[in-house]
Amino acid sequence: MIMPEECKKAAEFFLQNIDRLITKPTRFMEVCGTHTVSIFRSGIRQLLPEKVDLVSGPGCPVCVTPNDYMDTAIAYAKNSNVIITTFGDMLKVPGTSTSLYEARAEGADIRIVYSPLDALQLAINNPAKKIIFLAVGFETTAPLTAATIQTAQKKQINNFFILSAHKWTYTALDALLSDPTIKVDGFLLPGHVCVITGEAPFSFVSERYAKPAVIAGFEALDILRAVYMLALQVQNGQAKIENAYKRVVRTEGNPIAQNAISSVFSNTSANWRGFGGIENSGMTVNAAYAQYDALHSIPVTKENSRENPACRCGDVLKGNINPTQCPLFKKICTPEHPAGACMVSIEGTCHAWYKYGQGRYHYGR
Amino acid sequence: MCLAVPAKIIEKNDMMATVDVEGIQRKISLMLLPDAKKGDFVLMHAGFAIQTIDEQEANYTAQLLKEVAQNDNA
Ligand code: SF4
Ligand code: SF4
Repeated sequence: MIMPEECKKAAEFFLQNIDRLITKPTRFMEVCGTHTVSIFRSGIRQLLPEKVDLVSGPGCPVCVTPNDYMDTAIAYAKNSNVIITTFGDMLKVPGTSTSLYEARAEGADIRIVYSPLDALQLAINNPAKKIIFLAVGFETTAPLTAATIQTAQKKQINNFFILSAHKWTYTALDALLSDPTIKVDGFLLPGHVCVITGEAPFSFVSERYAKPAVIAGFEALDILRAVYMLALQVQNGQAKIENAYKRVVRTEGNPIAQNAISSVFSNTSANWRGFGGIENSGMTVNAAYAQYDALHSIPVTKENSRENPACRCGDVLKGNINPTQCPLFKKICTPEHPAGACMVSIEGTCHAWYKYGQGRYHYGR
Repeated sequence: MCLAVPAKIIEKNDMMATVDVEGIQRKISLMLLPDAKKGDFVLMHAGFAIQTIDEQEANYTAQLLKEVAQNDNA
């Protein structure tokens, strides 16, 4: 057990050394909403020396889900034979002209589930309905959807479908790094994504772009330690992948979960809010399991999608601006009435700034 | 959204396990972690166990932090 006194000492050690090792303005990016929240909650941004800036990247699957997907989900929700099942985060995400939350108020049957298996159970209990699970999430969540589809097949449940927005996190990092206008000196890699993928998919960060990257856990000390390890690499002119979350991240990840993904999904180009289409970044249900793909099995007509031109989510997700630089922030866009996705999820960058930031944080470049 | 929390397996029944999460019991799937055993601490995400928690590593981290705390005059 780690005692609070030791924690404090360790935190001081990391902070002092980060200050010593980093000699010029440096930006590290975290690409996981859980990191974002933990960083804000623990006040790490304020504790770090001003020359070290932590910025949030495309780390929340809710935030990067584009209007196009929401509009399709809402169109399905209006079908009276359909029950939509979703993680709670998706409810208030605005689509082009409405949200699932509003659709539900107008009578659509939309249920919040904790697990895709709950959605499957709902299908078993409601054989006359079509149950569509909104399969949103990164590599952490995709194998769960895959395993649920395999279970549906085994149990011959034919009224269970998914609308996939599953995505590969590393493809967005690649898109970011290939953009020369974006300045990032190192990455905190998402621990729970790496639990599944292992280190290999992220090795390009150091190999092709010569940036240091550290797989980080979610406690304040985990994050400080990871920043310290990044600082050491910067100081030594190194660029490698290190694992500071060995208690759950194995080098090879979870091969059974990787296998579940590759059995059920194939790669496809997918739209990311703020990034547009990224080749091979999305997971679509493959031909062998096509009957479980809502888009394949249930016809739908949705409205023409467009993004809210005033919302700056795209720039927020790339770390180009912080949320307070968006003209809608706190004025029009709030967690109760979000104008953009980044304000919806508790892990969204705008939401975190709204809740914890209140403009108190220095933001240097 | 891929928030994952530690849980202890208190019963295993084929591909399902009953786990204890901070005093609350729930049933989760072991489809993605079939080799998990009763007594294991696992990382749980949306109704599935996704990895075992290496207790030795968890202690190693604690150990490391302790050392850091002791040498903090660096
Ligand atoms: S979905 Fe996963 S990677 Fe994304 S914010 Fe949540 S914990 Fe992090
Ligand atoms: S404050 Fe709202 S409108 Fe502005 S970028 Fe964030 S989510 Fe979009």
